[in-house]
Amino acid sequence: MTELVATTPGVLPLPDWAKDRLGSLKGHQKEDLVDGDEGAEITDVYDEARAAVADWQTTAGLHRVGEGQLRWDDMLAHPLCVHDAVETRGIVRYYDNNNFYREPVVSGELTFDGDLADDLDAFVEMENAPESVQAVVPGPYSLADLATDEFYGDEAAFLDAIANFLAGEVRAFPEVETVFVLEPSLVTAPPDDDLAERASEALDSVADATSADVVVQTYWGALTEKVHAHVLDADVDAVGYDFVTNHEDNLYNINEYGTKDDIALGLVDGQNTLVEDPEKVAERIAWVESNVPAADFETTYLTTNTELFYLPVNRTKAKFEALAEGAALAEADA
Amino acid sequence: MSDNREQFRPADHPNEHFILTTVVGSYPKPKWLDRVREQYEDPDGPFDDDNWAEAADDAARVITDEHERAGLDVVVDGEMRRNEMVEFFAERIEGYEFNGPVKVWGHNYFDKPSVTDTVAYDEPWLVSEFEFTDEATERPVKVPITGPYTLASWSFNEAYDDDRDLALALADLVNEEIQKLVEQGARYIQIDEPALATTPDDHAIVGEALDRIVADLPEDVRIGLHVCYGDYSRIYPEILDFPIDEFDVELANGDYEQLDVFTEPEFTIDLALGVTDAHVAAVESVPEIKENIKKGLELVPPERLTVSPDCGLKLLPREVAYGKTANMVQAAREVERELDAGEIEVGTSAAADD
Repeated sequence: MTELVATTPGVLPLPDWAKDRLGSLKGHQKEDLVDGDEGAEITDVYDEARAAVADWQTTAGLHRVGEGQLRWDDMLAHPLCVHDAVETRGIVRYYDNNNFYREPVVSGELTFDGDLADDLDAFVEMENAPESVQAVVPGPYSLADLATDEFYGDEAAFLDAIANFLAGEVRAFPEVETVFVLEPSLVTAPPDDDLAERASEALDSVADATSADVVVQTYWGALTEKVHAHVLDADVDAVGYDFVTNHEDNLYNINEYGTKDDIALGLVDGQNTLVEDPEKVAERIAWVESNVPAADFETTYLTTNTELFYLPVNRTKAKFEALAEGAALAEADA
Repeated sequence: MSDNREQFRPADHPNEHFILTTVVGSYPKPKWLDRVREQYEDPDGPFDDDNWAEAADDAARVITDEHERAGLDVVVDGEMRRNEMVEFFAERIEGYEFNGPVKVWGHNYFDKPSVTDTVAYDEPWLVSEFEFTDEATERPVKVPITGPYTLASWSFNEAYDDDRDLALALADLVNEEIQKLVEQGARYIQIDEPALATTPDDHAIVGEALDRIVADLPEDVRIGLHVCYGDYSRIYPEILDFPIDEFDVELANGDYEQLDVFTEPEFTIDLALGVTDAHVAAVESVPEIKENIKKGLELVPPERLTVSPDCGLKLLPREVAYGKTANMVQAAREVERELDAGEIEVGTSAAADD
């Protein structure tokens, strides 16, 4: 029987006290956002906040615990926005949300940085570090989609460069159980055939850089059939599907083309304060299982469909609980 | 359309041409007002409702006066009484609840409310704010109101089938509020719909909501629509069919890269153009702003051009906000003089002749 793993795609809200303190320490304009060279005072706040969000997750009973990506002022664009070879320009809209990030413009070679690994190191080395750690990285295609290239010259070369850069970052990670690779742009801005193949190879590069299980999380709809097929070619352990936004097309993709041996189900809405009952979550798990005739997954990850920074803290914690309790109920029912 | 614009030309306007100068709405609050609010909101603090009301009145007077000194033709009180563009209204509309702050960008947050029940009109939202500002100045006063589509999409919707249903229910409440404002003498209403840029495919919902908003309003009430930070090719030319007099758009931030979007088909309503960047803490020079104003003249003739900052200025230092506003007015007056003198070619005929 499948192992149910309750977890999230990360990028969590900061605890409210940390919102206040970091706002005062850093400021509120675009030049005040994180640049990778924060001083001790700011670093201390992040360390404390990281411990707090770990506690939220373990208290709720999630099976994989992340560091929350709390320093990602620019959400998925973060790894580029702090890179020395990248200039940040105006603030631009983050997908179709009321959220903004600094436009990263790549103006030089994307060499190894280590920013993501540093956060994970701080996390696994902290007191009472959780046992089962999950890392989160933006998917190469999404990161390329969020950025502007003024160095590599064409779309394909840029995607390759981003993939190599991310692979280098992932290679420097401490030991983690899973790596969630967030690829919403594969849905919102589907690549054409050539680029889809490269996007799949880009996922290979990232996945090959770690011995952890790799989950490619897609959201804000369903992949087109062709892009889905390309993603399945990638050497990853699971694909994540957004059953909140579009369960029909995702179900169709899975039944028509199959999926990996493991699967991630985005069953809980990461962008609405309405909290799903654990019974509802368990029902949705059963619904997917009964509607995917070939379902015999080794591991089923239960997650929110999207990152969670969209929610207030109380509802974020409530979503964690819904996932963990939903998983427990589903186990009991099985 | 828009023959309701001339009522805002000041009696002592120095030039033949008239480029209407105004602001989008929010303005940096005096530091002392923030301190009073903190103490007022602290349950153990020394200030009560009356203290807060007095401080808010003082701030509204100060900023209205600051707008007058900057020379604006149409002023706003800088939204001194409003904490945020959705929260303020959600606190006054039945059906909303609050759960805590969520991120907008960087370390800027808002208390994004949840709609947990049917929305309903309770007490007036802005009537006393308008009456106060109107008495505090000789200039015409514009009233910015967060639009129903934005009120809907920047809330968590727990109660309605979809955001359209919620937006239309809210549009009826906005109409009720505007009727009350008009009774008190308001003649310039700006509907702020920044959320339209987040989900541009929903322009039809915004259009439907606007139809409800303007229902039964007198002709001399000027209705502007403000949108910012989006890909305008996805809502143009559809916005030309909206029942509005003026479309107010942020373009200085993107260095007018999207100006061309509005040339085909011809821009047939009035344009309110952002001519200073609300997210750059440096005051643009008068010559710089004049060049930006001339960008507007590529789309509409001067008698259909309003100029304002890209967006609300509230996140800037106050002296910077003032500098931008004063320089903008000076730039507009200089452009008018040059138009009067025939030194500037008006480019709209070019667009029309193409």
